Parts: sequence; structure tokens; C-alpha cells
Amino acid sequence: MAETAGLTVRYPNATALDGVSLEVNEGDFMGVIGPNGSGKSTLFASMLGLNAWYAGRIKFFGTDIKKSAKYLKKIGYVPQKPSFEKNFPATVSDVVRMGLPKGSDRTMVESALKQLWIHELGNRRIGELSGGQLQRVFIAKALVNNPEVLILDEPVTGIDRQSIELFYSILRELNSKRNITIIWASHDLDAVKRLANRVACLNNKLVFHGESGAFFSDDSLVGMYTEAPMHGRHSV
Amino acid sequence: MDLEILTYSFMHRALASGAAIGALCSVIGLFLVLRRYSLFGDAMAHASFGGVAVGLWAGLYPLWTAYAVSIVSALVITKVKDRYNISGDASIAVLLSAGIAIGLVIIGLSGGFTLDIFSFLFGSILLVGTADTALIITLAAAILAIVALLYRQLLYSTFNEEQARVSGIRVERINYLLVMLAGVTVVTSIQLVGVLLISALFVIPNVTAIMYGRGFKQTATISVALSTFSVVSGILASYVLDITPAGTIVMISIILLGITMALKSLGVLPRG
Repeated sequence: MAETAGLTVRYPNATALDGVSLEVNEGDFMGVIGPNGSGKSTLFASMLGLNAWYAGRIKFFGTDIKKSAKYLKKIGYVPQKPSFEKNFPATVSDVVRMGLPKGSDRTMVESALKQLWIHELGNRRIGELSGGQLQRVFIAKALVNNPEVLILDEPVTGIDRQSIELFYSILRELNSKRNITIIWASHDLDAVKRLANRVACLNNKLVFHGESGAFFSDDSLVGMYTEAPMHGRHSV
Repeated sequence: MDLEILTYSFMHRALASGAAIGALCSVIGLFLVLRRYSLFGDAMAHASFGGVAVGLWAGLYPLWTAYAVSIVSALVITKVKDRYNISGDASIAVLLSAGIAIGLVIIGLSGGFTLDIFSFLFGSILLVGTADTALIITLAAAILAIVALLYRQLLYSTFNEEQARVSGIRVERINYLLVMLAGVTVVTSIQLVGVLLISALFVIPNVTAIMYGRGFKQTATISVALSTFSVVSGILASYVLDITPAGTIVMISIILLGITMALKSLGVLPRG
């Protein structure tokens, strides 16, 4: 479904990604882990077409993303912390509707809001919501177009524990019941252990890529994550 | 008020042009305000001042050179801002200063201020001719039609550029288009309030409307209503009281904003 081959992103004073090759299969729940500055956000930005300055290749649905941007229609994206003008005059329904083609069925928005149990927030102004509510709105927004892949970049930063647990249960359901492939960057190793079936561990290079069980059963790998800097590379 | 003023053809032209400009500035201004580009209109107006000076110096119709300079300046400053990672407010300050500096140098070279320059600085809506009225209404209708056509892309890229890009919107193109439309809007509107007060039309009705509106379309509608009311009542009041229309229009906008803030303070409007 998605793959990178030799993905390399260099900035003037640093290398964000160095020869990262990984693949994501249909139905995977992939946890992308690594310390701050390990290249997780750069990986996502490249996969989403936000960073065109990379070497190597990225494919979605079998097609190089530099040849066509149509793959984006099948992807839902939840950013780390959605930034917008706090006084932006838009209701929750307005925000979820953004990006849908003109003339799209109004019920698509209502259905997406209902999936996240936030349909009663539809007429609230977006700037009035709490962090947890906002995150659910942006998941609803990512889901409104019925995506095949959901990409989430550390989506629970700054959210209370109760909302985080609800958020995780929603992700699990989307993956298991709707077969949505999930690529999810997180610092929460316990959650990755519980939810993800595959893990990609980055530290600018790909340190590990394989089954979640293999990663978490190897204390040396988990230790490498918690004791930066990481070196070497394992693959299962 | 003596209703006789409504029978004058110059007043018909002024009110029609003013209403069109009021609606246009509030719609374009809403996108600029929400992008934290509130002073962009001011910067474009100052750039167009340089364009007017170029036109007067070169013996060309000043509005055409103002359009050309405004559009080119808008595109250049947007490119420079992105290319060199200059902040929005700093790039606006550069454009604003450059426009005035060029204008002053050229005016100096051409032998000093003229009456034409003053009309561009302070507006002259009561003197607008039939051809100019037709041009203003046509341009306003064309720009509003473009905004309606690209409404979703403009809205989404204003809300969050990164997410708009991920949804497949070509954000850079939309940004360039918006600044071009803003440039044309500014020059079209100079005849109403002049270079010095143009940003008031872009900013004040929108700041007021944002306190009332819940959704975007509702806010835009309120802003258009407030702006059009300010312009029409300002033109009429200025004629009756024999004071400057530009200042009167902006003062009415400010009074409406003051009333709105008072209502908000009193809890009549929800606090945001």
C-alpha cells in the first residue's frame, strides 16, 4: 500500500532521514517511533507531498507520488497540533467539510461527526473546543472522505489522559472494523505496544522495521529507544 | 436629511461605486485578516501610491500604472517572503516603505505635489465619473465571482495551509491569486477612501463581523452588510455635514466596532 525506498532528506546542517526504506501493508497499524528530531515528521511530510526535496522514492498504491498527487484523495491526515487562528469564524461542520469536493453530500459530514460521537458539536465555533474535542474533530475531518490510509503525527500531544484513551479506542476500531490502514507517530511506547501490529523505529536512519512483538520482546531494542543516541539497524 | 441629494447623478455614482467597493473590500479583507495579513491592504495602497506617481510622471493614466505596480508588488513581496523566510509583518513594512519612498522620489523629480496626488491620498468618491463607476462595479463583480468560484480553496488554505496542501489544493497558486486580487481591490478602492485609509475598509468591518458570526459565510455576510452600510451612510452623512467622505466612512466603521465591543463587554454577545 505504501513504501519508501532509500528515502533521504538533508538540510544544510543536518540529515533528517538517511536511506529509510520501509513498507506498509493494507490493514497495518504501524507505530512510527523515535526520539524528538529523529525524522518522524519529516517522513510524514515527505509521504504527504509537503516536502518535495528528498532523494529516493515514495510510492502509494503502487504509484510514485511525484508522478501523481491523486493518492492524497485516499489519505486522511491528522496533524500533531492543528494550528489555526483562534477566532476563525468557522463551525465544526464547516471545518470537517473543508476539502470535500463541491456538492458533496451534507450527510457525509454528519456521519463523520457521529462516528467520533461529536455530532452535537457541529454548530460550535472551532475555537471554542477543548484539546480533546479538537483532536476528535480533526479525526472526523480526516475520515470524512472515507480514506484508505490514516496518517497521524503524534496526535495526542497536550491532551488529557481520558481523551487519549478514547482516542486510542477510536483508532483501534477504525483499524479493526473499517480496515483503515494506520500510520501513527507516537512517543507513547505502551500505546504502540497495545495497538500497533508493526513498528518502524527511526533515529534519522531506520533502526527497526518489523512486527511489533519482535520489537517489544527485545529489551535491547526498547532500551535503544529510551537511551538515545541509537545506533545500528535491525529488521524482522 | 434632505432627500434631494438622492436625486443627483453624482450621488448615484458615488453610492453605487461605494457599495461595490465596500462589499469587495470586506470579502477580500476577511481572508487577509484571518491570515494575519491585516496591513497588507495598507502596504498595497502605499505601493499603488508609487504607481500613481509613476503614472503622473510618465504622463500615463495613473490608475493603470497603480494597478500594474500593485499587482507586481504583491507578487514580488509574496515570492520574497516565501523565498527568504521573512515574516508577514516585516514583508508588509518593506512594501509599505518602498511604495511611499518611490512615490516621494518621483514626485520630487517631477516638481512637487499636485491636486491629483491629494485625491489619491484622501479619495474623491463624489467626483467619480460614469466610466469609473462602470469599471469599479465590473471589477468588483469579477473579483467576487472569482472568490465564489474558488471559495473552498481560499477558505481551506486560509484556515490551515498544511492541511489544504494535503487535501490536494495548490496553496501557492491560491496565495498568489489572493494577493493579486487584493492588489486590484486596493487600487479600485482608492477613489473611495484614498491611500491613507484603505486598510480600514479591509480590516474594521471584518474585525466587527468576526464578533457576531459563527460560521464563515455568516461572518462574510455580516461584514459585507456592515461595510456597505458604513460606506453608504458615510457618503450621505459627509455630503450633508460637508465633511470628508473617507474620514466619515471610517469613523462610522469604528463606531460600529465600538458598539460591538461594548455589547461584548456587557455580555450581550458571547465572549470569545
